[in-house]
Amino acid sequence: MSETIVSLRKVVKHYTRGKQDVPVLDGLDLDIAKGEFVALMGPSGSGKTTLLNLIGGLDSPTSGEITVAGERLDRMSSGQLARWRARNVGFVFQFYNLMPMLNAQRNVELPLLLTHLSASQRAANALAALTLVGIADRAKHKPSELSGGQAQRVAIARALVADATLLVCDEPTGDLDRKSADEVLHLLQILNREHGKTIVIVTHDPKAAEFGSRSLHMDKGALLDAGILAA
Amino acid sequence: MKYLPLLWANLWRKKTRTIFTLLSVVVAFLLYGALATIDDAFENPQTGLTGVDKLITTNKFSLTLLLPFSDVQQIAAVPGVAVVTWITWFGAYYQESKNFVFALPIDTPTYFDLHKDEFVVSDAEMAAFRNTRSGVLVNSALMKKFGWHVGQKLPLHSTIWTQKADGSLDWTFDIVGTFAVKDPTQAGQQASTVLFHYELFDEGRSFGKGQVGWFEERVVDPSQSVQIAQKIDALFANSPNETKTQPAKDFAMSFVKQFGDVGFVLRAILGAVFFTLLFLTGNTMMQSVRERTPELAVLKTLGFSDAKVVGLVIGESLLLCLLAAVVGLAASYALIPVIRTVLQGIVTSPWLLPHGLGLAVLLALLVGTPPALRAMRLNVVDALMDKR
Repeated sequence: MSETIVSLRKVVKHYTRGKQDVPVLDGLDLDIAKGEFVALMGPSGSGKTTLLNLIGGLDSPTSGEITVAGERLDRMSSGQLARWRARNVGFVFQFYNLMPMLNAQRNVELPLLLTHLSASQRAANALAALTLVGIADRAKHKPSELSGGQAQRVAIARALVADATLLVCDEPTGDLDRKSADEVLHLLQILNREHGKTIVIVTHDPKAAEFGSRSLHMDKGALLDAGILAA
Repeated sequence: MKYLPLLWANLWRKKTRTIFTLLSVVVAFLLYGALATIDDAFENPQTGLTGVDKLITTNKFSLTLLLPFSDVQQIAAVPGVAVVTWITWFGAYYQESKNFVFALPIDTPTYFDLHKDEFVVSDAEMAAFRNTRSGVLVNSALMKKFGWHVGQKLPLHSTIWTQKADGSLDWTFDIVGTFAVKDPTQAGQQASTVLFHYELFDEGRSFGKGQVGWFEERVVDPSQSVQIAQKIDALFANSPNETKTQPAKDFAMSFVKQFGDVGFVLRAILGAVFFTLLFLTGNTMMQSVRERTPELAVLKTLGFSDAKVVGLVIGESLLLCLLAAVVGLAASYALIPVIRTVLQGIVTSPWLLPHGLGLAVLLALLVGTPPALRAMRLNVVDALMDKR
C-alpha cells in the first residue's frame, strides 16, 4: 500500500453569507496516496474547489481533520499555513494568475524569494523549471506575450520550482483550446509519472479526467464514488 | 534587496500614473528643500560674524526706525573700523507701484570706498555722477528693463519721503551713468538699484533731517568682526537708539523678515503641500493595491505571509517616496545658488538631506499603511474567486 499524502476525516466546511450559514462539505473522508493523479469532477457548487482549497492549505475546515504531507493543516494558524504552502504545495489556476509586469522567469522565481537561495541560484532554478515544462525559450517574455498554453506552462513551472510534492490545479485547462489543453495535461501526466508529483486537479472536462489515475465525483458536498482509471 | 525587482516592477505597473505621482512628490520635495533652506536661514540667520569684512548697523528694534546721523562719528572711531557709510530706505517706484526701484541715497565717497571693486562704472560716468547734484547711477539691467538712457530725466515716486519744497512725493533725477555688478551672486540683489546723492535727499526731504536708515562698516581685520560689532552696539546700549550690528549678508533676510513671520508663512505653505500630497499619494497607493488584489492573493497562495505582503506594499510606498524625495532634494540643492543671488546668506543646511529623507519615510508610512493593512486582511479564497 502506497504512503498516504492527503488524508481528510469527517471534514465539514460551512460558509457564512450574510446571516446565512451555507454548508459546502458535509463530513467528507478522503485519502490520496503519494504519487496519485486525482481528478475531482462534479457540477458547479458541488464543493470541488472548496475541497481543493482545504487540501492546498488555503482555507481551514469548520471541523474535521486534514493531514497533508504529514502535517495537520486544521490546527495551523494562517501564518503557519503560509509557510507550509511555500514548502509543500504548488498551485495552478485556470487563468494562470501570473504577475503581468514580470517576465516568465521572474514569475517562476517568485516562490524562491521565500527561500535562502542566492539570486543566481534562483535564476538557475527558474530556468531549469521552465526547461522542464518546455518553455525555456520564452523565459524573458511577459505573460501578455505568451499564448494561453505557454502561460499555463509558466504557471506549472512556478508550481514546481520550489520542489513541491503536491500540485493542486483548479481547472488548469478551462481557458485553453483542446490542443493546448492536451499538451498541458500531458505535461502534468509526465510530472506525475516521471517525477513522482502527486497531483489533484479540479475539472469539468471528462477528457482531462482521463489523464488522471483516479477520478472522484462530487455532488452537494459529498464524494459519490472513487473510480480507479487505467494508469 | 531580493524583493527590489518585484517592488520596482509593481511600481511601474501603470507607468503614466506612477510618473505623475512621482512628479507631484518630486515637486513637493523640491519646494521642501528650497523653502526649508530659506526658513532655516531666517530662523538661524547668523552665518557667523567671524571672517566677515562688512557689517551693517541698524536700529535694534526695527529697520523702520531711524538712527541719528551723529552716530557715524562714534562708529568711525571704533578701532578696526576702516570705513563707515550711511544709507536710508527711499521706498520708490517708477510710474506704477509694480515698478519697484531700489533707490538708495548714498554718501558717494564713503559708499564707493566701502564697496570698492564691487561696481563697474566708467570713469567718465563716475565723474559725471560726482559733479551732478541731481544725478543718479542706474544698474544697467534696470536701464534695459525700462528702456532708459543716459541723459534723460528720471521721475521716481517715494512712498515715504515728501519734499520740503512742495510736499510732493515725486522726485526727479538725471540719469548720468550706469553701473554693473562684478560678483554674479550679487547681480540679482542689485538688479533694481538706483544710487543718488544723500545731500540732495537730506536737504530736499521735509522731515527726518539728520537721521539715517542704517550704517555700513568695513573692518580692517575680518577676524576681529565679532569684537567690533560688539563694540559698536555697546556704544549705543541703553540710549534711545540702541543698535544691532550684523553681517551684511544677513541684512537682506532681516529686511524681508520685517514684513511678517516669514518662517510661519513658509511652514504653512509646506504643510499645505504635504497635506495635499498625503491624500494624492495615499489615494494612488490605495488604488494601485486595490487593482492588484488577485495578484496579492496569488502571492499569499505561494506562501507569502501577511507580514511579507505588508512589507511589500510598504516597501513599494517607500521606494516611490524615497526616489521622488532624492530627485526633489537634488533639484532643490541645484536651486539654492539661484536663490542666493536674491537672498544672500542662504546656506544649505547639513540637516536638509536627513530631514528630507526622514520626511519621505514618514510620508511613505502614512500613505502605505492603509493599503498594506488592506492587503494583509485580504482573504485568499475570496480574492482568488474573481480570477479563477
